[in-house]
Amino acid sequence: MSRSSAPVATRPAARTRPRAGIGADAARPDGVPKVRGEFAFSSDLWMDGMLWGRTLRSPHVSARIVAVDPSPALAIPGVRAVVTAADVPGRPTYGLEEPDQPVFASEVVRYHGEPIAAVAADHPETARAGVRAIEVVYEPLEPVVDAERALRAPPLHPDGNLFRHLVIRHGDLDATGDVVVEGTYEVGMQDQAFMGPESGLAVPADDGGVDLYVATQWLHVDRDQIAASLGLPAERVRLHLAGVGGAFGGREDVSLQIHLCLLALGTGRPVKMVYSRDESFFGHVHRHPAKMWFRHHATRGGDLVKVEARIVLDGGAYLSSSNAVISNAACFAPGPYKVPNALIDAYAVRTNNPPCGAMRGFGSVQVCYGHEAQMDKLAAALGMDPVELRLHNALERFDRLVTGQVLTGTVPVRECIRAAMAHPLPPAPSLLDPPMARPGGAGLSADHADVRRGVGIAVSLKNVGYSEGFDDYATARVRLEAGVGGEPVATVVAATAEVGQGFVTIAQQIVREELGVADVLLAPAGTTDIGSAGSSSASRQTWMSGGAIQLACVAIRRQLIARAAASWGCSHASVEWDAGEAVHEGTGERRGLAALLADGAVEAEHEHHHRPTVPLDADGQGDAHLSVMVAAHRAVVDVDPGLGLVKVVQVTTGQDVGHALNPTQVTGQIEGGIAQGVGLAVMEEIVLDEGRVKNPSFTDYLVPTTLDMPAVAATFVEEPEPDAPYGAKGVGEPPVISSGPAVLAAIRDATGLALTRAPVRPEDIALAGQST
Amino acid sequence: MTSRETARSRSGPEDASHAPGYEVAGGYELHVNGTTRTVEEAWLGESLLYVLRERLGLSGAKNACEQGECGSCSVLLDDVVVCACCVLAVDAIGSHIETIEGLTRREAAADVQAALLSAGGVQCGFCTPGFVVAVYDLLRRRPDAGELEVREALSGNLCRCTGYGRILEAVRMVQEERSRVAL
Repeated sequence: MSRSSAPVATRPAARTRPRAGIGADAARPDGVPKVRGEFAFSSDLWMDGMLWGRTLRSPHVSARIVAVDPSPALAIPGVRAVVTAADVPGRPTYGLEEPDQPVFASEVVRYHGEPIAAVAADHPETARAGVRAIEVVYEPLEPVVDAERALRAPPLHPDGNLFRHLVIRHGDLDATGDVVVEGTYEVGMQDQAFMGPESGLAVPADDGGVDLYVATQWLHVDRDQIAASLGLPAERVRLHLAGVGGAFGGREDVSLQIHLCLLALGTGRPVKMVYSRDESFFGHVHRHPAKMWFRHHATRGGDLVKVEARIVLDGGAYLSSSNAVISNAACFAPGPYKVPNALIDAYAVRTNNPPCGAMRGFGSVQVCYGHEAQMDKLAAALGMDPVELRLHNALERFDRLVTGQVLTGTVPVRECIRAAMAHPLPPAPSLLDPPMARPGGAGLSADHADVRRGVGIAVSLKNVGYSEGFDDYATARVRLEAGVGGEPVATVVAATAEVGQGFVTIAQQIVREELGVADVLLAPAGTTDIGSAGSSSASRQTWMSGGAIQLACVAIRRQLIARAAASWGCSHASVEWDAGEAVHEGTGERRGLAALLADGAVEAEHEHHHRPTVPLDADGQGDAHLSVMVAAHRAVVDVDPGLGLVKVVQVTTGQDVGHALNPTQVTGQIEGGIAQGVGLAVMEEIVLDEGRVKNPSFTDYLVPTTLDMPAVAATFVEEPEPDAPYGAKGVGEPPVISSGPAVLAAIRDATGLALTRAPVRPEDIALAGQST
Repeated sequence: MTSRETARSRSGPEDASHAPGYEVAGGYELHVNGTTRTVEEAWLGESLLYVLRERLGLSGAKNACEQGECGSCSVLLDDVVVCACCVLAVDAIGSHIETIEGLTRREAAADVQAALLSAGGVQCGFCTPGFVVAVYDLLRRRPDAGELEVREALSGNLCRCTGYGRILEAVRMVQEERSRVAL
């Protein structure tokens, strides 16, 4: 791992630097229990008298429900309750942006796997038997599974089939270039495939409410949706974060939360539900499949003149976060380049396919496959080197996006490209390579003589945090007190979902940095004791919850300075804070935390809002985004064109991180994100047949293994972001965006094929040019 | 009397572990982590993973796919790594079962666990116990395994967070440290 910039600060004196503060490779506080198998994930919960829940899901893609009869299920010994739409006391629907999704389908089903009922029973097998026994009479309907067709089809839902149509008109729409390239591109449906399946435990409470222990990304918004459907005031629905086994966007929407609470309230007993892997594929939203057309205009010298695009995202049966995803797709459709003129026509559409919503990269991923293929095509048409063309057109600070927004933060596009390209290339494929290292891997199927090497580059741009005028904020409270033996102890209270990303580590590092206290405890995250932290998504929690914690610490320091000033009988202004101690500017006298806390604990809460953004206007113009993140990736692949097999050999990257607060964790985000990017490029896709999911398992939906994963070399490009706490941008999403497009570019380089669709399947290479 | 009726007659309303019939009369014994544990009134169809997690309180082995594809539920069955989801618990009668809890208690994989932490190989942690079992098993069989062999040996354990880079780094660290100590 290398870092492109020298460390910013000179090395401070030992005592002024709290151990494991900002910039340190601090250890995860949850690490030890995780390696010992003692960390309690949401599927590990257990309670006396607990029942098991299970969901009945539609076997049809589109159907009218004629009748639902739960009585045969209730006749099974051990089945304790069946709930259907008729048992939802409050709002019958839920949804992140608009409540358009039924808690249980009652009149029609709109996608394969839509929930119809849920069962609680003494044993998971009994619950499964109960689900099988429920009698549902369906009248199958012709599904609409093509987004273009859905735009013209009769409404599949009272809200219609068009979620959002967004047009960006920027500059001179009649402008044309000397050189014009166009192409159509397609991206398949990717699954988050987090390891820990959806699970939770709902416990009925004495006040008629419910306590839900659940793995989620945003406790408060889950809470609000659950309370609305239960018909309960929000304070009687108490959410507690249970251990989260990964998320990647797939836990942003409600899945089993409302069903579980209905079963617990209906039976008066604790109910646990754990999705099986196949149910998990049906239980959460996926990455939107995309169909895109692009036309790029440039001068003969290689200046981009205009980008035109038409983007259609298939949102599936319900809205979820489609409106925000299509906004990102439209805003970042040109990629990280100076584009003076643009016409982007973007649609998010309802179909009878599985609902799509948040997944890491959120709209930027799909368009990156398009804009980067176009840049390569343009480079070829111009006779220019593809890297040179990108450097030539790279966005810089104070340039404009096609939304007209001036980028006031850091935009190190060139630095990221150069950093990705600076890493040494791997050795050329050799006859002496172990056969397992060739395309086909453990299948030992490729012959060295057939292997072709290719190299590709791709670059990406994405927003941090929520956009378009959303009041994005996070709340945190910090308490500082004398612990056992008088040693100061800080406690952080925040509803921030730790999903694996390492926010818990960053939270401790911030408090150590700000207060000079070694011992930092993290209270369990929940809705009962603190306001919303917002979602663990959009690469936003370091900035948002991190900012809230930092500012709460600043408020605590102010109180400690006031205490010191009072004890010295001086003004606050003459007290400074240095290395965890108050210092009298006049006398040089110092007071440490232990003395300052003798008068009792100090506590402060902060609600951190980022700089306001505005909605896009009718022409798609406006300062809609807080900040942007850049990443560049170079991929090296070996391909056996005859067999259609690809081995991704190496991915190198330069990533704009602002400031790496914990370099080891940043590396982990980069490597993990690249794995998901490589997965989408060559293997991961939910295969649909007329809306029916064909591969809901890890046998058939392929997640990269250790043998699929290339060598990774990363450079952090550290240009501190002016608005962000410690200058740190988000790091979670950029690695997943352009890594896949770089792999596609490399396969094109190796094969000479156009390859306009991700993932690239073996037949796309081996059977290219053959009529099918 | 059918088994289902047997089950019904035995179950009280508060008995959450009530099995759906076809249980082993009188229960059965499993040898887990060096001790003998009795499994009462369990349905014959329960996997070893379910029995470990839900009946014996050993939730270290995880339930990510329950079809032997992800390795999250890796345990040692008579010293061989298996996916506990694909073994019927009653088929493990008479065998010695060792789980992540057992390895941890006898500190058999302490250096693997420490290396995973210091290398940054743990994010959400759901796959971690399975990786600890798999790396423990690999390095006692093949202490000097080269990178490709390590990758092949661990290819049955899926991780969705790390991209494996820090996990593979942890394996290298353990190999280096063990060979240093052995010198």
